[in-house]
Amino acid sequence: MSEVRVLVGTRKGAFLLRSDERRQDWTVEGPHFPGWEVFHITGTPADPNRLYASQSGGWFGQVMQRSDDGGKTWETIGNEFVYEGVPGTHQWYDGSQHPWEFKRVWHLEPSPDDADSVYAGVEDAALFHSSDGGKTWRELPGLREVKGHLWQPGAGGMCLHTIIISPDNPNRIFVAISAAGAFRTDDGGVTWRPINEGLKSEFELPDATAEVGHCVHSIAMHPSRPDTLFMQKHWDVMRSDNAGELWCEVSGNLPSDFGFPIAVHAHEPETIYVVPIASDSHHFPPDGKLRVYRSRSGGNEWEALTNGLPQSHCYVNVLRNAFAVDTLESCGLYLGTTGGQVYVSADSGDHWMPVVRDLPPVLSVEVQVLP
Amino acid sequence: MIQVTLPLHLRTLAQVTGPVELEVSQPVTQRAILDALEAAYPMLRGTIRDPVTKQRRAFIRFFACGEDLSHEPPDAAVPAEVATGKQPFRIIGAMAGG
Repeated sequence: MSEVRVLVGTRKGAFLLRSDERRQDWTVEGPHFPGWEVFHITGTPADPNRLYASQSGGWFGQVMQRSDDGGKTWETIGNEFVYEGVPGTHQWYDGSQHPWEFKRVWHLEPSPDDADSVYAGVEDAALFHSSDGGKTWRELPGLREVKGHLWQPGAGGMCLHTIIISPDNPNRIFVAISAAGAFRTDDGGVTWRPINEGLKSEFELPDATAEVGHCVHSIAMHPSRPDTLFMQKHWDVMRSDNAGELWCEVSGNLPSDFGFPIAVHAHEPETIYVVPIASDSHHFPPDGKLRVYRSRSGGNEWEALTNGLPQSHCYVNVLRNAFAVDTLESCGLYLGTTGGQVYVSADSGDHWMPVVRDLPPVLSVEVQVLP
Repeated sequence: MIQVTLPLHLRTLAQVTGPVELEVSQPVTQRAILDALEAAYPMLRGTIRDPVTKQRRAFIRFFACGEDLSHEPPDAAVPAEVATGKQPFRIIGAMAGG
């Protein structure tokens, strides 16, 4: 029977949740790195026991960790993220230019076929790569050349939070940056271009259809359809069927099209999930009800999934990296909340149950299915 | 030998339970102490000072002999009691919160 391992990053450490493929009974390990913010902890497809974690804090900066035994033991790896050349400047809140300054690693994306190859998305927004298992990191500076001087941090910081390596072409990589937009490279990261046509940010940008500046919250793709992308923007749920060349809105009947994560079912490429949040002013679910919304038609027509989720007095948020999908035959979904709960559904979202209720605020959730 | 005390999170990271002892050549300065500390415990690189600029992190403070040395020049000699190992060089996390 397969083992399921859920990797949870929180404001005060990392936790590993383990179960079998029934996903009913769980053990909770942790905290690892207690007291530190763990923005992301993830496994590598090429070696499931190779884990990477971003550990950071306001006092001691960025620490990077690696495990080669599935999280039993950890070793620190390289934490020098130095922008290539003269770092330059980006737009600041008052319209002035502000120097690029590294703050933390938000997202780690290992290569699908090489456990030593891993990308890191950081704040202030940039993409780094390591080809030696995280010992050293090198920026792919072409990304910031795409009008980087016009990027401006949002309230959550100017973070590169989404990295998707195209499953049919490792030279094609998609990234998303809060308050800058979505970008694509087709040459392994040397050159990039914005892929934001069709996004509209009325009342948020002086030019609602600007080439850069849109606040993309997350992007998801099904590996069988590498040209189809789904996006949760600050407001609006979007899809593209041409690798980001053009986006169209698929918010449909959602109670709110503001939210953070978006995910695709493991076996149904037109089944997608979002967690609507009341508004950018509230950052909690509409009506105090935590509802995952599922569309089986790739958007526009949505149904609320509520069984097992709190339907009264619930005022938590689900952050952009805190929703994961497993690959078991009966597709499992996992979400973590800012209230410290981790919920699991072992049946594509029809029924949910809490795995753990009182963790620190959850920043990220990833899942591995182990043989 | 120079004695250096670390805050909890850095002791955990360095896998030590108490003060660390370091061989530091004369003249003993903040920079020399931190260079020796990072050489002995490379996992601490970047946690006390910026790995590139070598500037002290904003919420790190240096104390010794009841004095706040945080704003002393990094190449200034530390007090003789520290240089002779009679008093520890204290690295602490500053108060930074409500």
